[in-house]
Amino acid sequence: MSLLELKHIYKIYGDLHALDNVNLKVEKGEWLAIMGPSGSGKSTMMNIIGCMDKPSKGEVILDGVDIAKENAKSLTTIRRDKIGLIFQQFHLVNYLTAIENVMLAQYYHSIPDEKEALEALDRVGLKDRARHLPSQLSGGEQQRVCVARALINHPEIILADEPTGNLDDKNEEIVVELFRKLHEDGTTLIVVTHDPEVAEVAQRMVVLRSGKISRETVNEHFTGHIRFDN
Amino acid sequence: MKTRKMFFRMITASLMRRRSRMIVALLAIAIGATILSGLITIYNDVPRQMGAQFRNYGANMILTPTEESFTKADFDEALSRIPDADLVGATPYRYETVRIHEQPIMAAGTDMESAKKTSPYWLVEGEWPASGSIMVGAGVAESLELKIGDTETVTYTIERGDGSEPEERTLDLTISGTLSTGGSEENYVYVPMEDLEQLTGTADRIDLAELSVSQTADQLNSSMEAINDGPEKVTASLVKRVTASETTVLTKLQALVLLVTIVVLALTMIYVATTMTAVVTERRKEIGLRKAIGASDLSIVREFMGEGMLLGGIGGLLGSFVGFAFAQFVSRNVFSSSISFRPLLVPVTILVSIAITAIACLIPIRSATSVDPALVLKGE
Repeated sequence: MSLLELKHIYKIYGDLHALDNVNLKVEKGEWLAIMGPSGSGKSTMMNIIGCMDKPSKGEVILDGVDIAKENAKSLTTIRRDKIGLIFQQFHLVNYLTAIENVMLAQYYHSIPDEKEALEALDRVGLKDRARHLPSQLSGGEQQRVCVARALINHPEIILADEPTGNLDDKNEEIVVELFRKLHEDGTTLIVVTHDPEVAEVAQRMVVLRSGKISRETVNEHFTGHIRFDN
Repeated sequence: MKTRKMFFRMITASLMRRRSRMIVALLAIAIGATILSGLITIYNDVPRQMGAQFRNYGANMILTPTEESFTKADFDEALSRIPDADLVGATPYRYETVRIHEQPIMAAGTDMESAKKTSPYWLVEGEWPASGSIMVGAGVAESLELKIGDTETVTYTIERGDGSEPEERTLDLTISGTLSTGGSEENYVYVPMEDLEQLTGTADRIDLAELSVSQTADQLNSSMEAINDGPEKVTASLVKRVTASETTVLTKLQALVLLVTIVVLALTMIYVATTMTAVVTERRKEIGLRKAIGASDLSIVREFMGEGMLLGGIGGLLGSFVGFAFAQFVSRNVFSSSISFRPLLVPVTILVSIAITAIACLIPIRSATSVDPALVLKGE
């Protein structure tokens, strides 16, 4: 059974079909990239997979449960227990230090554990910056804190929305390298991106256009390493 | 780390690392708490402060004999029914008709030091009389053309009941001062009690006593009843025009202070609610993020309420002390007296501040829970 399955998903706003009969399966441990131009339905799809929105029609089976039928409270619980989110704008709590931001995810999930949070920061190479506030960190460092926060509760899926959108090449490479390591460890990754270099690193890529999956390609030369054109 | 420890770490970090924002809210709460603490102190102290002021208008209780007169022992017995701390002054009076320049004049023998306390409004030109001197009312001084410094012979006639010749006794007394009150007191002369006793040849006799008691209307009634239930030779009664005025003014003043307190609390609540609404609006992205990473509505409520209540507690603590300083300032400048610190007011002010802040936070927090993480995180 697939870890995630979208069956005939529609998201309709008035006359606009943000998602129009989307079908998608994601296997456990898979690294999937979702691409598409602005307005293609990427964010809508991410919100639905991330339990922050519900489809107008269709089924979203996550780990055997149809989350389309769940209420807001259950969706919060599912999101907390099964999904790790990474955003383009980093979105850290600006008055909490790096380690406190990681522990925040633990706080809502179970019990905050400073040692474990420090290990997660060590994993993203930020152990020495644990006591720094987001304003004292570079963009790349902030995004790595977000990665540490996303993986701290060992989620079923890490869902990243344009994770490298605000990063320079060097930091983009660091973040993709982190994804590769997470993938090696068996984590399921869904990365929404408009950056072909980031999408091509994934095992599989789907392209959305006007709310429909227009193309799906499997990376036969998958290594998990980014290849820059220049 | 315990969940509770993380909770306190988050709310203290929010307050400490966002000082400029939080200081505005804290200031609003502290000002409200200051006014609250100050006004409660004044409200409680008004009866005592105003009671002392009212005593300037003279006696509010009169002791009269049930028969012809009463003794010093009866007087002391009656006074023992009133707490010493409440008794501002107690002045015994003995009235006898004497003659000066062959004119009959009513002389009042009294304890001058006590009279100063029970009749602080008396305007004395010259000096209050000591032994061997006399104070004359302005009316008497004018009709008999008496001047300060004159020595006058005061005559007292003892009528014999057995038909024998009356005995005339005289005493030379120097006029120390004249008394103006605008009332009937101006038609009397005042001599120290021992001089009147020497003149009349009889002692230990009191015709009337004036008491100035710093008590509320209910307490005064209790004191009066206690005296009337005591020795049969003395009857206590209240000077209605004084006690009724005092009660009316006190009630109105306390009602005014209470009204101002309620208005200030309401304004504080509105200000805190406005500030918290601004805080929530400013932190919509943070709330969205918290919800996105798994915060339930209850968690959001707990965190914002925790911040609000911590602010309320700190504001209340600050306000209780600054409020006392405020009340002390008002008391010294308006009533010319100090007030004592009431430790109980500290926890009361803190608890009221926390409650007010919690109520003020309800609407902003409700709006916080309605934040949609998907919209906020997309920057919409």
